[in-house]
Amino acid sequence: MSKKKTERRDFLFTATAAVGAVGVGATIWPMIDQMNPDASVKALASTEVDVSSINPGKTITVLWRGKPVFIRRRTLAEIDEAKAVKLGDLKHPEKDEDRAKNPEWLVMLGVCTHLGCVPLDQKGDYNGWFCPCHGSHYDISGRIRKGPAPTNMEIPKYEFVNANTIKIG
Amino acid sequence: MSDHEYTPKSNFGKWFNDRLPLLTLANHLTDYPTPKNLNYWWTFGGILTFCLVTQIVTGLVLAMHYIAHADMAFDSVEHIMRDVNYGWLIRYIHANGASMFFLAVYIHIFRSLFYGSYKAPREIIWIIGIIIYLLMMAAAFMGYVLPWGQMSFWGATVITNLFSAIPLVGEGIVTWLWGGYSVDNPTLTRFFTLHYLIPFLILGLVVLHIWALHVPGNNNPVGIDVKKPSKDTVPFHPYIVIKDAFALLMFMIVFAFFVFYTPNILGHADNYIEANPLVTPAHIVPEWYLLPFYAILRSVPDKLMGVIAMLSAIFILAALPWLDTSKIRSAVFRPLYRQFYWILVADVLILGYVGAMPAEGLYLLIARVATAYYFLHFLVILPILGFKERTLPVPLSITEPVLGGSSNLAAARNDSRLEKLK
Repeated sequence: MSKKKTERRDFLFTATAAVGAVGVGATIWPMIDQMNPDASVKALASTEVDVSSINPGKTITVLWRGKPVFIRRRTLAEIDEAKAVKLGDLKHPEKDEDRAKNPEWLVMLGVCTHLGCVPLDQKGDYNGWFCPCHGSHYDISGRIRKGPAPTNMEIPKYEFVNANTIKIG
Repeated sequence: MSDHEYTPKSNFGKWFNDRLPLLTLANHLTDYPTPKNLNYWWTFGGILTFCLVTQIVTGLVLAMHYIAHADMAFDSVEHIMRDVNYGWLIRYIHANGASMFFLAVYIHIFRSLFYGSYKAPREIIWIIGIIIYLLMMAAAFMGYVLPWGQMSFWGATVITNLFSAIPLVGEGIVTWLWGGYSVDNPTLTRFFTLHYLIPFLILGLVVLHIWALHVPGNNNPVGIDVKKPSKDTVPFHPYIVIKDAFALLMFMIVFAFFVFYTPNILGHADNYIEANPLVTPAHIVPEWYLLPFYAILRSVPDKLMGVIAMLSAIFILAALPWLDTSKIRSAVFRPLYRQFYWILVADVLILGYVGAMPAEGLYLLIARVATAYYFLHFLVILPILGFKERTLPVPLSITEPVLGGSSNLAAARNDSRLEKLK
């Protein structure tokens, strides 16, 4: 057989296959996307917290998007300790100033970046947080210092609405 | 299928069988020629079928009373335990049934490892088996989430977070799996759906597993090919059926012991505390049957590499037929492999033990050594052993060792026969 010339029929096959593939994709996508966070979950995206009753050296835990958020009012000694750490000593180098815009307040997701457990307050080798699940140690700025977690604990988007209220999200 | 043509005796049977050959299938299954030297390690296929049916039946019944909602799941499980007639019994059978299922599957897998049942021509049976094993782990994990206790919640959090180790798309995948920004009600409802679905997928794969088995026929303790049907084989019914039934009864005694005397010993007390997203239990451990893989995960200090190591530990089994280069199937004739086999058994048990212990100090060191050895066994020792090992002479037929005493005796006679030939 000689080499086949492109015919009208080849065009029809290609066009049919292309339209078919788009059709299958368009049908499958809703089945996949339905598993993503729905409108009601997304609607709960921000929380306001009154922090006036927190004393220095205390942490409160609030729930935001189903996850715990630590809000710690740090003492002067703790702030000095967090700032004194050299960036070279950190697995995930971040300055304390970048993590706590107002150094007195540390607001971060209380979720270990290893596999999502909630670390324990004022535990571990670095005077910060310790995750009991797989042994990650965090310092007083929530930065990973030792253990399997790859990154520092995440800082969520937040702002001070007024002197006593923090809006997370 | 059977080597001989089968014709039903009755006219109706003939009429029906011409239209749908179910009777031919039934005849094949009863007459199926089975090696006559199968030992009790070969009874676990039947036991596993029993386990699957038990889980499906008790699961269907539990689903009639369980409510898959984050606010009600925990209470509905207690409602099953306290209010539903025999609910305690059905739930304890289902919960302990999962452990019994894994106990049986581990014996079944290690039987294959010892007798080389994964080797040609049985690779497809083996790979289907590994897929079934993976699905079993998925079903067990999701089932453990349903009571919505502390271990359910945090186990689900830790395991789903494994996907976040994937570069770039990891976080998106985890959010997609959760249907939110943490494990919550959408996660529970989809896990319930999948937990309900997977056993039926397993059932389908079991049919393929048995179909693939019936093409070459069973391996056997001697590990040599069997002419079938011949004096080396017996019909499946009644010989194997009776033997399987007896083994099943023994297995059910163990099963019943757990259900009636220590129904909670294999679970965790923390799971009788309702899920709380603000507090992680001090010590998270998976169920006992996942501990060796959990130990491998924790022994690697890097998150992504830990996940890769854990998954590789499972998927490496699928490549086993090609990693084991030895032509001899049964460990009976492989003196060196036999020793490495028992070291591997010990290694997996050690991994299981350290998986239950805190990941620090000496435990961590032991976990790392045991993890390294696990991979060494499959990736280095097995491929080399096939070339280096001096295997013992294999008997000519399985009847020879059965009639002539131990297989070693037969092997010795084989030796002397070879001497005469010289």
